[in-house]
Amino acid sequence: MKNVTIRIPAALREFAGGMAELELQAVTAGTALEKLAERFPLLSQRIVDQDGAVRAYVNIFVGETNIRDSSGLETRLADGDIVTIIPAVAGG
Amino acid sequence: MSLKDATLARLRKKIAEVSPAEAKALQENGSVLIDIRTPEETSLGIPAGAALLNRDRLELNIEDHAPDPGATVLLLCNSGVRSLLAADNLLAVGYSDVRSVAGGFVRWKSERLPLEVPVSLGANQRQRYSRHLLLPEVGLEGQHTLLQSRVLLVGAGGLGSPAALYLAAAGVGTLTLVDHDVVDRSNLQRQVLYSDTNTGLPKTEAARTRLKALNPDVKINAVDQKLDRTNVEELFADHQVIIDGTDNFPTRYLINDACVRLGLPNVYGSVFRFEGQTSVFWPAQPDEPTPCYRCLYPQPPPPELAPGCGEAGVLGVLPGVIGLLQATETLKLLLGLGDLLTSRLLHYDALQARFTTHRIQPDPNCEYCSGEGEFPGYSDYQDFCS
Ligand SMILES: [Zn+2]
Repeated sequence: MKNVTIRIPAALREFAGGMAELELQAVTAGTALEKLAERFPLLSQRIVDQDGAVRAYVNIFVGETNIRDSSGLETRLADGDIVTIIPAVAGG
Repeated sequence: MSLKDATLARLRKKIAEVSPAEAKALQENGSVLIDIRTPEETSLGIPAGAALLNRDRLELNIEDHAPDPGATVLLLCNSGVRSLLAADNLLAVGYSDVRSVAGGFVRWKSERLPLEVPVSLGANQRQRYSRHLLLPEVGLEGQHTLLQSRVLLVGAGGLGSPAALYLAAAGVGTLTLVDHDVVDRSNLQRQVLYSDTNTGLPKTEAARTRLKALNPDVKINAVDQKLDRTNVEELFADHQVIIDGTDNFPTRYLINDACVRLGLPNVYGSVFRFEGQTSVFWPAQPDEPTPCYRCLYPQPPPPELAPGCGEAGVLGVLPGVIGLLQATETLKLLLGLGDLLTSRLLHYDALQARFTTHRIQPDPNCEYCSGEGEFPGYSDYQDFCS
């Protein structure tokens, strides 16, 4: 298990008890999202679909790297990694 | 022999002289050719590719043109006399290989070597843009480039207001504003193009008045229309940069798809509450392909999951920050300066006071920018925000 920080975007904070970031332990990006889902099911719905795939309008970055350009949900985490969730927003 | 003639005779022994044709050959091999004549003289024409540096600024600014004092520097004046005197000055400040073009510009012209007419600005413009002219990275040529540039902004709201104001101030020659809204009092908390007396007016009309007052040099095309699939390509054509400052998903995808199709850079920004994001999407970038908006977000969220729309709250200054980052990227694009935000997504969290950048890559399966197959056509996303 690795200790990582999850950053919640403003657009989704209302589904995460208002939290901007939280820490949890996980081995991969996928297990981090599963742990997040246990605590905040409504938040999880907005990030992944019923099959657990990341939605087309959300990006998950581990550090600077998009997990889509790495091993997707299998992307391995290291201690101290920052996992950032960035959804599409449209405001202008 | 007069003192002048004696001095010139002495300098001719000391300073190497080259013919205009030899100077041109050296120039083609990378040596810098500097025209030291006055602005009145150079305004009529200079040797093609020559740098302009008036003799009275020569020693002060030579390093902008020839950073290496060991490099070959070629000086040209009208007849080849002032360039001899100037060459002696450069030797005195430490340049080791300074040559004077014998016969100067008169001989260059009579030998029918290539000429160009240097760009010039009027007196008012030299004052207005003086802080740009002082930057070697912009200078006279860069300012001239900006004045010839054409930028289109979709949305004259929170993002478009600061972007348009600063681009107009910077002297971007043509700004096309596309927006079909009227000014509402609730806009004024962040849409700094407008004043209280503008409420009820079409935004593009109020914006044109404000921008022309700021800089009469700038041509403003006010397009009081909603961007849609029927007008997007015609409106975008003849522009070098498109700025996405709209407030809804369907228009963002329309802008992206048209930019991909036309090969235009899409300077993207969006904001929500206390956060913003910006990037430059440009699959047709000359050096290396970079992603489009759809590579990052292949599809918009369905209405029930879309985070906020036009009615969502936003901290008034936030679109100011993001809109100015868009304006900055636009100026860099037009001037060919620095590293663009292509292949990176910049995210700003105002509450945490944190900027982060994330790498983004082209999606090899992107239907729009991967270059595989035909253009899929424009999408009809439901405009659930209006
Ligand atoms: Zn793409």
